[in-house]
Amino acid sequence: MTAPSPVHQRPMLEINRLEKRFGDTEVLKSIDLRVQPGELVFVIGPSGSGKSTMLRCCNRLEEPSAGTILLDGEHVTDCRGAALDRMRLKIGMVFQGFHLYPHKSVLDNVMLAQLRALKRPKAEAKARAMEMLSHVGLAHKADAMPSELSGGQQQRVAIARALALDPKVMLFDEPTSALDPELVGSVLKVMRQLRDEGMTMLVVSHEMGFAREAADRVVFMDGGVVVEAGPPEAIFGNPQSDRLKSFLARVSKAEE
Amino acid sequence: MGDFIDLFLNAEIMAKSWPLLLKGLGITAKLCAAVIGLGLAGGLMLSLGALSPRAWLKWPAIAFIDLFRAIPPLVLLVFVFSGLPFAGLDLTPFAAVVVAFFLNNSAYYAEVFRAGIQSVAKGQAEAARATGLSQAQAMVHVILPQAVRNVLPDLLSNTVEVVKLTSLASVVSLAELLYSANMARSVTYNSSPLVLAALIYLAILWPLVRLISRYQRGLAAH
Repeated sequence: MTAPSPVHQRPMLEINRLEKRFGDTEVLKSIDLRVQPGELVFVIGPSGSGKSTMLRCCNRLEEPSAGTILLDGEHVTDCRGAALDRMRLKIGMVFQGFHLYPHKSVLDNVMLAQLRALKRPKAEAKARAMEMLSHVGLAHKADAMPSELSGGQQQRVAIARALALDPKVMLFDEPTSALDPELVGSVLKVMRQLRDEGMTMLVVSHEMGFAREAADRVVFMDGGVVVEAGPPEAIFGNPQSDRLKSFLARVSKAEE
Repeated sequence: MGDFIDLFLNAEIMAKSWPLLLKGLGITAKLCAAVIGLGLAGGLMLSLGALSPRAWLKWPAIAFIDLFRAIPPLVLLVFVFSGLPFAGLDLTPFAAVVVAFFLNNSAYYAEVFRAGIQSVAKGQAEAARATGLSQAQAMVHVILPQAVRNVLPDLLSNTVEVVKLTSLASVVSLAELLYSANMARSVTYNSSPLVLAALIYLAILWPLVRLISRYQRGLAAH
């Protein structure tokens, strides 16, 4: 199979001149970003650089101040009400804090939106939920409550919950930042598996090792702008801007 | 001592007044069912209104809650029963009590619900909305179940208050439990029916109060 030239392919996710202001504070200043189908794009940058805000604009948890966002050619930024709810079904999101529903079992967590938003019949939703749970290695925890799971397991359930809706793109907002170090690996393993299956992914994370090894492209943000973007070898091996160089120096110092 | 027992703990008079008090208890039960049911429903609506980002919903809801929490329920009841007829609204005693206590009680339930909804982490609503659930679906399936669980002791406490509150209905001659007991007292010139009424209130409310304490200890242990 020959890979189609990325230049002529329609991006799965397209962010054009995205701006976001909170009062007088400009958090995002004209961000442009394209994610091709099946691509894993990694966003790095210091805290306060606007990475999470950009991600949250993609499914409109944050309302952009200006700019457009398209998913597979469809406007995300124009959607209102029920149309926005339908659009969000196609955009999976995984949060730093997992946000599983504590009053529902693992299985019900993965079934809820399938039943209520996607209107899948119950048997089908259950089958799909079990399939996704075994995909993240947690089928045996289907009847457990979230509080009975480790952080890493909770995050994998959250991934299954998003995947069960058959999204076109998955957004990861610092998915491993709240985890104990020994649990990070299990979540990264699931993410790597997703990438290998061809899922389109936009990941905000501090896991530089994972970025180096699994990302197709790395985007460095600072002060609400994209400072530098490129393949991981270039970003980590041959940084151009001073801001990226000092950021990488700070990060590697912190990791020592 | 013999006089005291004769006047307050007279078994014969208690037995005689029992059927009357039982009838009163029936009215009290109906009042409670109406006021608690309407109050919970109204309180939930008011709390959602008070938390709404829409100003035309938010401010009237907050004004309603503040107003009816500030007015003493007895004043409200007398006004609804004796004042509204001048405005052409003539309510039966039962309806007047239900309306007055609904206004008072829904405002209290609203505050409890509001605290409950605000106690649920913001990430819960975001996770629900991110999976395509509508605002209403997120509220019903994700936020409210957690909110109610978080404030269950307060909801129950307020419910205990409502049951006690219904005894005020005696001022508009509604023959609920206290009114019936008082009637029996004035007929028999003996206070034992009042003691019996107190015992009935205790029998109903004590298990509820116990339940609340147990639940609060359970929450604290978590």
